[in-house]
Amino acid sequence: MFKVLSREEIAPKFHRFVVAAPEIARKHRPGQFVMVLPGGTGERIPLTIAASDAEAGTITLVVQEVGKTTMAMALMSAGEGFLSVVGPLGTPTHIEKFGTVVCVGGGAGIAPMLPIAGGMRKAGNRVLSILGGRTHDLVILRPEMEAVSDEIVYTTDDGSFGRKGLVTHALADLIAAKGKPNLVVAIGPAIMMKAVAELTRPLAIPTLASLNSIMVDGTGMCGACRISVDGKTKFVCVDGPEFNAHQVDFDLLIKRLRMYLPEEQTARERFLADHECRAVAGVARG
Amino acid sequence: MKVPRHPMATQEPLERIRNFAEVALGYSPEFALEEAQRCLQCANPPCVKGCPVGIDIPAFVQLIRQGDFTGSLAKIKETNTLPAICGRVCPQEEQCEVVCVLGKKYQPVAIGRLERFVADWERHAGLSSTPQLGAPTGHKVAIVGSGPAGLACAAELARFGHKVTIFEALHKPGGVLVYGIPQFRLPKEIVTFEIDNLSSMGVEMRTDFVIGKTATVHELMNGHGYDAVFLGTGAGLPYFLGIPGENYIGVLSANEFLTRVNLMKAYDFPRMDTPVRTGRRVAVVGSGNVAMDCLRVAKRLGADEVICVYRRTRNESPARREELEHAEEEAIDFRWLSAPVAILGNNEGFVTGLRIQKMELGEPDASGRRRPVPIEGSEYEIPIDTIVIAIGQGPNPLATKSTPGLELNRHGNIVVDEATMMTSIAGVFAGGDIVTGAATVILAMGAGKQAALGIHAWLGRLARGEVAKPELAPAGA
Repeated sequence: MFKVLSREEIAPKFHRFVVAAPEIARKHRPGQFVMVLPGGTGERIPLTIAASDAEAGTITLVVQEVGKTTMAMALMSAGEGFLSVVGPLGTPTHIEKFGTVVCVGGGAGIAPMLPIAGGMRKAGNRVLSILGGRTHDLVILRPEMEAVSDEIVYTTDDGSFGRKGLVTHALADLIAAKGKPNLVVAIGPAIMMKAVAELTRPLAIPTLASLNSIMVDGTGMCGACRISVDGKTKFVCVDGPEFNAHQVDFDLLIKRLRMYLPEEQTARERFLADHECRAVAGVARG
Repeated sequence: MKVPRHPMATQEPLERIRNFAEVALGYSPEFALEEAQRCLQCANPPCVKGCPVGIDIPAFVQLIRQGDFTGSLAKIKETNTLPAICGRVCPQEEQCEVVCVLGKKYQPVAIGRLERFVADWERHAGLSSTPQLGAPTGHKVAIVGSGPAGLACAAELARFGHKVTIFEALHKPGGVLVYGIPQFRLPKEIVTFEIDNLSSMGVEMRTDFVIGKTATVHELMNGHGYDAVFLGTGAGLPYFLGIPGENYIGVLSANEFLTRVNLMKAYDFPRMDTPVRTGRRVAVVGSGNVAMDCLRVAKRLGADEVICVYRRTRNESPARREELEHAEEEAIDFRWLSAPVAILGNNEGFVTGLRIQKMELGEPDASGRRRPVPIEGSEYEIPIDTIVIAIGQGPNPLATKSTPGLELNRHGNIVVDEATMMTSIAGVFAGGDIVTGAATVILAMGAGKQAALGIHAWLGRLARGEVAKPELAPAGA
């Protein structure tokens, strides 16, 4: 049992978990993730590690409610536990002094960006961050990202905070104003990472994307997470999760993410029906 | 002697394709006694030589004949740590039973069924006994992987009095015994029973621990304080065909398909959260035991058509004969001499079909088997919803690639000394599929036992100062 030391809703439907996992905390490097199995009937899901504290023996996970498993996790209290937390998995981000690194984080992608931005800063890079979300509340982890960025720009789809528009607009402006960075790291929805890659490709700016495939084991034994990079099949869980964004077939990734949409919908509906019933306890339901 | 080999009661095919309960139902004590009487008690028993670990078969059969089931099991366990499992999954038709003298004129003694009988009898009677453990030696051994090789190695080392910890990457121990082999062939209660036995011997089981990620072999020996390490990480890397369309949605490796169903119990979705989908038509490429498991699982998940696509003939299928026969009884469509050429899909990225080319057997290749040769112009397409690739599994590199100095062969398997099972690193041993490539449970178990002897000898030399633990360089520092 991996104990949840705290769960805090940091934004609508975004929850920060601090979990007791001393071995994982000790070995964690930026870019890595864990596979979490909440309970006996549950599924294994990949969650990136947003932070770790080797001394305290804890890891921090930022979880967005998207389906049954994450919605059930959102109801957990401190003192409860996950049946299984495995890691740290994945190849860590390659961090060195590149010069200027632009970190582009969209939505839930901001959480995995946090340790990477921190690592890049520690290695002596100038870190310029662009964080985007649909609306003000959903641009998460702002103080944490500000602490590890030399400069930071915010965008929101609806203009409720920062500049109205997409992270790609802000990135294009940044490059126009400050010249080409040495590296761009993009983490967020697949469509966002694809757009960033398309923007930097003609400019020949090295770009990394951290991919978010469906996974089952997370250790390279099943191939559920496979994608195509430079025409070759790779496993996101062991070869990645980061790849050269200009070589990733994002269209394939987007398609493969849809594999279990009907089942996900079924699970979500059952969960909501279950919890709606409890919420209106005392009212007879037909 | 003219008494025929006693049949094994099985679930009827039409009924059993609707459930995951065990197909082979086992012998009654009466059947077991009668079958044991068929044994000729040969003075020079070829069956013992046929067994990969050399179980004293005439002796255990004789004890059944005398009604001493407990004694019979004890005799088996002198050599075979997991008889309830091996009795079910060993390809006896290639090992002990094929050389049975009775089998020359009549049907061979049902050695596997008898082995299974005594193991089940003890378990049902609640009689398991913890074997005598040696005095604690003070040595700690780390076993990586809780499949048959690791479990057998752990049991043996615990008997010597060493303190053993098994590290398992998944959340449930058992390796291929839990994620690979389905419930209807190997009920998981049996695996749990065997692992509980290990716990009662003082073996510590640490699940959710990936060697190569959570800790390296180097860190196990320096830091975690283990005096020796056994690597039993199995064949956990799926092989794909490399044909067009293999990344369409609905193409799964056998490992993924079986892990969803066996380990994560996806057949019970939505009560269990992990889904699996077959659609109406499933094709499985391959014809070994893993392919048979995939075919029969697909049938039980409700697929209307389940098709086996294999480029050679039934004769060349490496599957255990009983699995092949059971699959045929379950109305699975076997397309022998058929090779998959391309996977077809639609714009949304979903599998829609499979293009197959017919084959014929040509000249023998280097292995002596007739090589399959494509028949020109014979390609045809079938509509398919799900394709499972069951053409083999290789060595997962997580543990090996994070252990500098570990000698591997060109396939990524670990090279070991055949007698001691020690690798190129002093104090690091290996056995099972990670050494041999994908093979059988009994071979893995035998390797685990042999490695335990090698480890025990090495620990003795360590204690006497004749050898030292290596100062391993940390991986990728």
